[in-house]
Amino acid sequence: MYNILLGGAAGDGIETMSSLLERTLKKSGCYVFSIRDFMSRVRGGHNFAQVRFASEAIAAHRDTLDGIFAVDQTTYDQHHQRLHDRGFILCDVSLNIEDPRAIKLPLKEIAKRLGNPKVMSSVAIGALLKLFSFPLDYALEVIPENLRPDLVDVNLKAVTEGFDAVESQFQVTAKNAKQDLLLTGNTALSLGALAANIKFYSAYPMSPSTTILDYLAAQSAKMNIVVEQAEDEIAAINMVLGASYAGARAMTGTSGGGFSLMVEALGFAGIAEIPVVIANIQRPGPATGFPTRTEQSDLKFVISASQGEFPRMVIALRDHTDCFFQTARAFGLAEKYQMPVILLSDQYLADSAATVAVFDTNGLYSDLFPEKSVPGNETKPYRRYQLTESGISPNSIPGETESLVRIDSDEHDEFGQITESADVRIQMVDKRMNKLELLKKELLEPDFWGDEQCETLLIGFGSTAGAIKEAITILNAQGGHYGALLFGDVYPLPQQKLKQYAALATEMVNVEQNATGQLASLIRENALISCHRSILKYDGRQMSVDDILAGIQNPKGGQLL
Amino acid sequence: MNNQFVSSETAWCPGCGNFSIIDTLVGVLNELDLSPHKVVLVGGIGQAAKTNQYVSANGFSGLHGRSIPAAVAIKLVNDDLTVIVNTGDGDSYGEGGNHFIHNIRRNVDITHFVHDNQIYGLTKGQTSPTSDACQLDHKTSACNLSTPFNPLLVAIACGATFVARSFTGRKDHLAMVMAAAIRHKGYALVDILQPCVSFNKVNTHSFYDKRVQELDASYDSSNKMAAIEKTMEFGDTIPIGILYQEKGLTYEDKHPQLFNDVPVIHKAHNMDDINELFKDFI
Repeated sequence: MYNILLGGAAGDGIETMSSLLERTLKKSGCYVFSIRDFMSRVRGGHNFAQVRFASEAIAAHRDTLDGIFAVDQTTYDQHHQRLHDRGFILCDVSLNIEDPRAIKLPLKEIAKRLGNPKVMSSVAIGALLKLFSFPLDYALEVIPENLRPDLVDVNLKAVTEGFDAVESQFQVTAKNAKQDLLLTGNTALSLGALAANIKFYSAYPMSPSTTILDYLAAQSAKMNIVVEQAEDEIAAINMVLGASYAGARAMTGTSGGGFSLMVEALGFAGIAEIPVVIANIQRPGPATGFPTRTEQSDLKFVISASQGEFPRMVIALRDHTDCFFQTARAFGLAEKYQMPVILLSDQYLADSAATVAVFDTNGLYSDLFPEKSVPGNETKPYRRYQLTESGISPNSIPGETESLVRIDSDEHDEFGQITESADVRIQMVDKRMNKLELLKKELLEPDFWGDEQCETLLIGFGSTAGAIKEAITILNAQGGHYGALLFGDVYPLPQQKLKQYAALATEMVNVEQNATGQLASLIRENALISCHRSILKYDGRQMSVDDILAGIQNPKGGQLL
Repeated sequence: MNNQFVSSETAWCPGCGNFSIIDTLVGVLNELDLSPHKVVLVGGIGQAAKTNQYVSANGFSGLHGRSIPAAVAIKLVNDDLTVIVNTGDGDSYGEGGNHFIHNIRRNVDITHFVHDNQIYGLTKGQTSPTSDACQLDHKTSACNLSTPFNPLLVAIACGATFVARSFTGRKDHLAMVMAAAIRHKGYALVDILQPCVSFNKVNTHSFYDKRVQELDASYDSSNKMAAIEKTMEFGDTIPIGILYQEKGLTYEDKHPQLFNDVPVIHKAHNMDDINELFKDFI
């Protein structure tokens, strides 16, 4: 397994270079996991990508590096301490780096000679491939597939020159990922929505959710889906609710700031019982916070957002496979229960690219498309909010039958008419809240990972899952007895496995990318179980496997709640 | 099921201008030969927004200021439906001002009836965006210390293709304008002047009755510059009628691959298409 970093200023093309390199590695059979650490600016500053690749699947990043490609001095200065003793720094001869690990090549001169200074990064890709003993062939395939036609030739020459400029140093064996997918969390999420027959998506651009809008907009004509960039997030969610009322599966995506603007409409979806999927791709807040960085600090917010009480569901996405399948599942649940379903992702998962097995869509249908309910007829007028035992009323679509479909943000009677009746109010609140009882029966318990007889139980949710699993595997290989519960469905909180493993473990540690331990707090409130200590990180940089290992091995380091 | 539109008992004040609007609306819907189940009446919050509660059609009573985005989306996913918004001046131009501007730019084929009484009724008499301007020493509830919002001028400036004004005291005129607005392809705005009998003691029925002046036969509603000038007349005379109309490309026209014979909600979904997309990532 190797871990390399590509760094430079914004505008140096690190994103494109990383993407080309990852695709080339994947085509040659490697499993890949890459992350983005980008500043909120278009030019200058310092951006980097980290690419981990191996002969087995990878689900998290590590801190220690085997190689650095430095476009500039800053990249070296900021990261060389993380570089392995036997690692390398690939850079241009012009950089003033006095380090025995440096491999200095005339990257700029080659690029200049080829007629385009920007192809310096392709020269570097060629050199990196050779350093790790990969053939050049796959890069020669990837470049024409991904670059503008007029840029192909010069980049092919560049990658070839880079390849010829160094000698092999490292080897990667047994490569099976050729037929897997390589995609980001947000792309997987978008594909999940398409699999669930999304017909309407509206959003206002906001990092790190914007790539969902970009991807779905690109697929709009081909996939018959209306994609509209709204004037603000309030418009986005109200459009989505209109579309859903009219019978289209609909979703909006945003980050915490945009979600804040959507809060009133979230309650509207609750009281009017309009199915809606809302993807909140978290970033550190409050307010503008860290626009391009990561955090898991919106959990308690999305659970309690909006005035009043109404049912909702929150699913935390743990990895790229979750992004696809749980997003698809969210549409089915939103429609079945006629309630908002909130997907919690974050910048780390949204922007990281991973190799995963091709999503198997066979058998998705029954879960995704619950049976349509039947509207009324002349003798029995249709009641949109008919009182039923489960709390779920028959949901008809305007124009499909002669039944009139009336929904209301005011408290309403069974026909959707405004009411001020105390009795009807109680019936309607009970009816809506009752839907949660049925939902609780089909919640997915958290995944357990590690030693079934664990002494220490780690608790996490969402995107920290990969790093927690890798840390546990390392600890148990060293003779430890560690286990972890990794929550996907997080609200309502599934409690069966939680109670089972909490009874077994002598110590419980919540591992969260926030400052206050929101999951631990939710567990205390709902299951009356307290974690003993926390491993928390809230600097905007995702918790790595190494951070978790350090937190475990330093009991006093964890913040006591 | 009854194939006629009918109205039911309302919660409005006796003498409210809304009665004239709802009667005219029901009459126009019946005359246009539309089926109640193919019409969606959308409202936000306020007295005007309650209109859809009292008419036998599909109803979407949404949030304050947010009726336009919902209406636009309903139309986009099912263009077999006739989508009409009824809501007030506060809802349309105040709370929903941003949506008002940007949905004119979208030009989706919906109709927007603004019940404009130049005051906030449901919250009991605060100024609205369209309340008259006044001097500092004359601050009444119908009196605006800010410059009054001119919805018709803004609409034309944003590229609206149907801009009209009518008055609840001229029911035949109102019916003519409403019918033309519903028939218009694209976003159609009708600002309907109406008295608020409970709170607006300035802009009363007789106030409007004395001032409104129907556009005469010689008025050319396709002349944009003339229309812009006309929208700025609001004083001793208030012009009513279709101030501006043009044939413009609608949102639907600009996306022919999405808006054709089959409404978006009925377009096929095939999992093979999804499996095909996966190939981009292998």
